[in-house]
Amino acid sequence: MKRIGIDVGGTNTDAVLLDHNRIIRSIKTATTTDVISGIRTAVDHILGGSDADADGIRAIMIGTTHFTNAVIERRGLSKVAVIRIGLPAAHSILPMQAWPADLRSEVEGPTFLIRGGHEFDGREIVPFDDERMREVALEIRDSGVTAAAITAVFSPLTSECEERAAAILRDVVPGVSVTLSSQLGRIGLIERENATILNSALHRLARDTVAAFETAVSESGLRVPLYLTQNDGTVMPASQAVRFPVLCFASGPTNSMRGARMLSGLDEAIVLDVGGTTTDAGVLVSGFPREANSKVDIGGVSTFFRMPDVVAIALGGGTIVDEASGRIGPQSVGYRIMEKARVKGGDTLTLTDVAVRMNRMEFGDVSKVSELPNSLVSNVDAWVNGRLAELVDRMKTSAAAVPVIAVGGGAALVPDELPGVSTVIKVEHAGVANAIGAAMAQVSGECDQVFYGVSRDDALAQARDMAERRALEAGADIETVQLLDAEDIPLSYIPGNPLRVRVRLIADLKA
Amino acid sequence: MMRELEFDELEALAIGAGVLGTGGGNHPHLELMCAQADYLRGRRVTLLDPQELADDARVAVVCIMGAPLVTKERLPEPVAICKAVRLMEEHCGKPFDAIMSIEIGGENAFFALLVGMELGLPVVDADTMGRAFPEAQMASFAIRGLPVTPFAIADIRDNAVLIPVAENATRVERIGRKTVVELGSIAGTCAAPRTGREVKDHAILNSISRALSIGNAVLDARKAGANPVASVLEAENGALLFTGKVQDVSRRTTDGFVRGCAVLSGAGAFEGQRLEIDFQNEFSVARLDGVRIACVPDLITVLDEETAEAIGTEVLRYGQRVAVIALPADPIMTSPEGLAVTGPRAFGFDFDYQPFAEKTV
Repeated sequence: MKRIGIDVGGTNTDAVLLDHNRIIRSIKTATTTDVISGIRTAVDHILGGSDADADGIRAIMIGTTHFTNAVIERRGLSKVAVIRIGLPAAHSILPMQAWPADLRSEVEGPTFLIRGGHEFDGREIVPFDDERMREVALEIRDSGVTAAAITAVFSPLTSECEERAAAILRDVVPGVSVTLSSQLGRIGLIERENATILNSALHRLARDTVAAFETAVSESGLRVPLYLTQNDGTVMPASQAVRFPVLCFASGPTNSMRGARMLSGLDEAIVLDVGGTTTDAGVLVSGFPREANSKVDIGGVSTFFRMPDVVAIALGGGTIVDEASGRIGPQSVGYRIMEKARVKGGDTLTLTDVAVRMNRMEFGDVSKVSELPNSLVSNVDAWVNGRLAELVDRMKTSAAAVPVIAVGGGAALVPDELPGVSTVIKVEHAGVANAIGAAMAQVSGECDQVFYGVSRDDALAQARDMAERRALEAGADIETVQLLDAEDIPLSYIPGNPLRVRVRLIADLKA
Repeated sequence: MMRELEFDELEALAIGAGVLGTGGGNHPHLELMCAQADYLRGRRVTLLDPQELADDARVAVVCIMGAPLVTKERLPEPVAICKAVRLMEEHCGKPFDAIMSIEIGGENAFFALLVGMELGLPVVDADTMGRAFPEAQMASFAIRGLPVTPFAIADIRDNAVLIPVAENATRVERIGRKTVVELGSIAGTCAAPRTGREVKDHAILNSISRALSIGNAVLDARKAGANPVASVLEAENGALLFTGKVQDVSRRTTDGFVRGCAVLSGAGAFEGQRLEIDFQNEFSVARLDGVRIACVPDLITVLDEETAEAIGTEVLRYGQRVAVIALPADPIMTSPEGLAVTGPRAFGFDFDYQPFAEKTV
């Protein structure tokens, strides 16, 4: 089965054509402001003008930092009407209370707290207030806001209130884009509501971006389904990404780690992704990125999405070396390396120049750096070694030596030996590891629910069935379904032995 | 001395209350958000040194009772406690002069503050546990034989229950728990009114200040790039029991408690060693390579190795890199009467309390 993986980053658009695990062709090209032409360039290149190569392509997987960046840079966001259902409970912290002021002013539309919601056991807190919801809908219609986020207390257990509210809203405001918090799951009102609001705020950008992706793909003459990668290393169909752009958050580091895994064949390793400005370190556990312990903020907003545990340091191919003082970084020439680096005839000494001088990589004109004093070169070498060794040590969980996989455009900067490292693995195509990770992405299904009066085994089995149904809906090949993660937590102080169960399955995409 | 708590101290209190929560008590991050919102609305917490209390002052002893999970959805409900406080005033026919928390560990540290701001009353710098404990009879007032009743329970709707009399604290705990479940597994409570004299004689004094001092030690160390775990130990005369990685956590629910055991593998100075910690909502016993090194009522707390943020028993998971510390319990808890309800035997273990070995770090 052939697939195309594309990583649309802020600077580069990388693409790769895979036939099973074999890389047929790859390219790194500049991301264009219209996105479309950059993707077209990349796709045209990897198809190599040959219809034979385009034959049998099963899917295109795109990984993008677009939605994350939109939140971080506060651009392309829509105003959102926020509805929280839970009065007389759930009012001591107001919606968006802890959001950064600038993001809040960009996103916050009319906000309403109304009566309703459920208890932990499915009883109503108080009856849902249909009449008030109708008034709220009229106010939203009059405000002109086109997106809404609806969150009800305990909606992951029963979404009834959210669905009633959405029905009334759609009735009064035709065409309104609505996200229900129960569609995103997980207990924890504030974090779930934050994710729901961010999702609604991204609705227009998601629609436009995915449409641009689809245009680029169809202009390339390909008639294959388009998928977007999620932060957990799996994909969802483009149509679903339009509805749930928040699920794409942080797919970038995940893709490069998954790509590193495919290129190296290692399931357990530390991945160093060396870019132009930074090196990101992550850990592969059973072939997947280790997740961060704590909740991760997106643009200053706390959500429940678990992110890969990634630590970044200022060390990249473009990191500037001051020849006079010997100072290294943290400034970088970044993507201007092609013009700024000495070996490319530029005026700035970078880590790339020193690596070329040390014969670690072939790039530009080595004669431009042959005069660099040995003392400077060895100082820089020691600095890079020290920084990377420290970074690897931070990610390690024991003193035992571990393998390190170097990927990214600056992978060649990583020395062949590092203290505490069993082997440093450098792979071909390391520069496009993220696009490979996207191409390799699998589909997933998840269930996170509280079960009452059911044995632990039955609860796990039911959760697994539910997760499997969702994986199949996402296009999974039933033969390849695997359990990725199962967790069960008994809930204290609640009778009936409730058990919160979270099950995640992954599977290959059906051919 | 009465003083107003500063805005920045709220965060320090949340960190300190997390540490004193010893794995239970629910991390107060939502309550911190509530308190911060109150401050932005112009409200302030007035902190009252217990020594300033008049002997005949009337103190409301409050807490939220219920399941942490419910608070995550319904959000903190100080209003429910206010209703319980009003009910108690009505029942006694006398108004309160100050609010006090039953428990400094975890989210209850904040409810006294939120209620104090809502009702315009000062908050006494004291509690009845000096940490978090799972049950009402483990409170210092109960240990000293003061009656727990009358006891008021209320929710955010118009439901309230008053227990005018009960045979003992355990019975109040059990009646209360059944009531709270009916109300949605979260409710506000106000225990028997205490006089200023009783608070001075039988409460754990200056525990809010202790939480603040822990929180400030952590925040200062983070700012200075120093090790926050070491700062906590220095500030509080504690001992570092272990550093390492969580290997395995097993949990089961019995009688409404989450019981279980965490197994940690050592790193750094503890490389090659193994620590087991039993918990029953809170951490109760720690064993290093099979040898008991700390137990209740001393405080055993698991901290994130880097940030010194307390990690609760419910969020403990494989791979976390942690430091385990012990802090001394209040003398009321280690008295014979105290140990009878808070010592290892009260948690079902068949050994006696032994203070942890004080070590320098």
